[in-house]
Amino acid sequence: MSWTLALPLVLPFATAVLAYLLRSGPAGRWISVAGSCAQLVAAIVLMVAVLEHGVIAGQMGGWYAPFGITLVADYLSAVMVVITAITALAVSVYALGDIDERKEDLGYHGLFNVLIAGVTGSFLTGDLFNLYVWFEVMLIASFGLLILGGSRAQIDGGIKYVTLNLVSTIVFLSGIGLLYGMTGTLNMADLAVTVDGLENQGLLTVVAMMFMVAFGVKAAVFPLFFWLPASYHTPAFSVSAVFAGLLTKVGVYALIRTFTLIFDGDIGYTHQILLWVAAFTMVTGVLGAAAQGDFRKILSFHIVSQIGYMILGLALFTPLALVGAVFYLVHHIVVKANLFLIAGVAQRLTGSTDLYRIGGLYKSAPLLAVLFFIPAFSLAGFPPLSGFWAKFILVRASLEVQGWLIAGIALAVGLLTIFSMTKIWAEAFWKAHPEGIEPKLSALDPWTRATLLMPIGFLATFTIVIGFFPEPFVQFAEISAAQLLDSTAYIEAVLGPVTE
Amino acid sequence: MEALIAVVAGCLVAGAVYLMMARNVLRFIFGLVLISNAANLIIFASGRMTAGAPPLVPKGADAPVGQVANALPQALVLTAIVIGFGLFAFALVLVFRAYTSLGTLDSGEMRVAEPRDDARK
Repeated sequence: MSWTLALPLVLPFATAVLAYLLRSGPAGRWISVAGSCAQLVAAIVLMVAVLEHGVIAGQMGGWYAPFGITLVADYLSAVMVVITAITALAVSVYALGDIDERKEDLGYHGLFNVLIAGVTGSFLTGDLFNLYVWFEVMLIASFGLLILGGSRAQIDGGIKYVTLNLVSTIVFLSGIGLLYGMTGTLNMADLAVTVDGLENQGLLTVVAMMFMVAFGVKAAVFPLFFWLPASYHTPAFSVSAVFAGLLTKVGVYALIRTFTLIFDGDIGYTHQILLWVAAFTMVTGVLGAAAQGDFRKILSFHIVSQIGYMILGLALFTPLALVGAVFYLVHHIVVKANLFLIAGVAQRLTGSTDLYRIGGLYKSAPLLAVLFFIPAFSLAGFPPLSGFWAKFILVRASLEVQGWLIAGIALAVGLLTIFSMTKIWAEAFWKAHPEGIEPKLSALDPWTRATLLMPIGFLATFTIVIGFFPEPFVQFAEISAAQLLDSTAYIEAVLGPVTE
Repeated sequence: MEALIAVVAGCLVAGAVYLMMARNVLRFIFGLVLISNAANLIIFASGRMTAGAPPLVPKGADAPVGQVANALPQALVLTAIVIGFGLFAFALVLVFRAYTSLGTLDSGEMRVAEPRDDARK
């Protein structure tokens, strides 16, 4: 059982080392693609094991919980690992055409795989301090990727990204210290049992707020999101796609995990705050996007806005709302990464991401227009694409608890999302290019064209599949929400009869 | 002993917040160092202070004998120090790079990625 859990972590690290050693030739990028394929297989094996056994846990190094480091996979962890592997595969294929040799020589593929390892580790760990370590693995790799190439805009964005993320890390670390001081354990399952018996529940709420701030920065919620739109439009397109898809979602995952498993004692207080946070995040994100005129900046603000929906699912804390949050997570990672990949192709064809300087893509590159249409309108929540079901579940969950206002906000934000997407559509695709250029896909050489468009098509297909056959995904999300609300299985898997 | 450490950690945080309010990025980074040390002290103190009793296992025994200091927070702090050191080194180089390529350390003037007149040129 341990290997099933450890393999999705070992593979990207091994790939990273090999890809880094062989970075100066073409071998590095192929190792990265092969590693991502192997990672996807390992993730699917893990998923099958979870589907069979419910929750699986493994103790690393033979130290039993709560003393050793525990890896746990329940439904939520497993699906996040699979979706991470899918995104990683798509982006590593895209990188074949997107990343130039200079960036490869600087170690792009090595850093990329370390990032994937960090993300996967965060999803699988069952120990808070270990979560901190995975966050750091992820952070340091993302720092490297963000400023790789070293343009002025990247350094500028990098300063804001690095400083604010370091602050969040320190708040997280202090919270860990205080929580350990109160309970004497950092194993999440053990904590879930211990915190209920604490005398000073008020102090626990204080610590919970520290975790909320720390994970809130990572997840880019209001009012802690300013590092995201300042930096996500600066690095290479492969990098911003993988950031947009995965990094903030690690923060959301950490929030969901800790605020369902550990800090679920004072829901009236903490989840009420989360509800306000969700509302403001949705609104400020979408308004910020409306004011932007750059392809990637609009998309960056939309990440913030969409994070609000996921937090909404957590804040309502009903079974249906959590189903919505889990469904939203999966749908959003695929759609968002894809949109950034498309922005990359648009920039190649037209020469810029500034919407006022480009255009004409619909007439001369209709294939790209179709490929953009799918994730963009899925993001906005058009039926029958995946985003519609995600929003539908969340709005319905809000209505069920008489949250008229929040349901109204969620719907209005969806409407404004359409506004931003039509803005991109009108400027980049519909109107003629201001300089009279006719951007054609055939301008790219066949190899680059294939490597850039294949992952986009793959992810778009995935979006359509979720959209037309949402049933199995919803059922899956229902079980995972049930596991989140009733943590008995999780705790038993970790602390009960230990699996070797 | 715990009270003393708590006061020290509080002073570090206060100094750090003061430094981090500055627009100068270098001062911000120094503030970050102070506050990360405060976090380390918090972890250390929350493991409870036990003076003069190192958690050593005597020869022939399986576990330490009698009251000994809690070894786990010390291991956590060590990890955090190592990670913090690496991140600080990176941040310092980044600030230096920012100074050479952007020509300023004032975070208010770093507007290359987000130009003021953003909407329509």
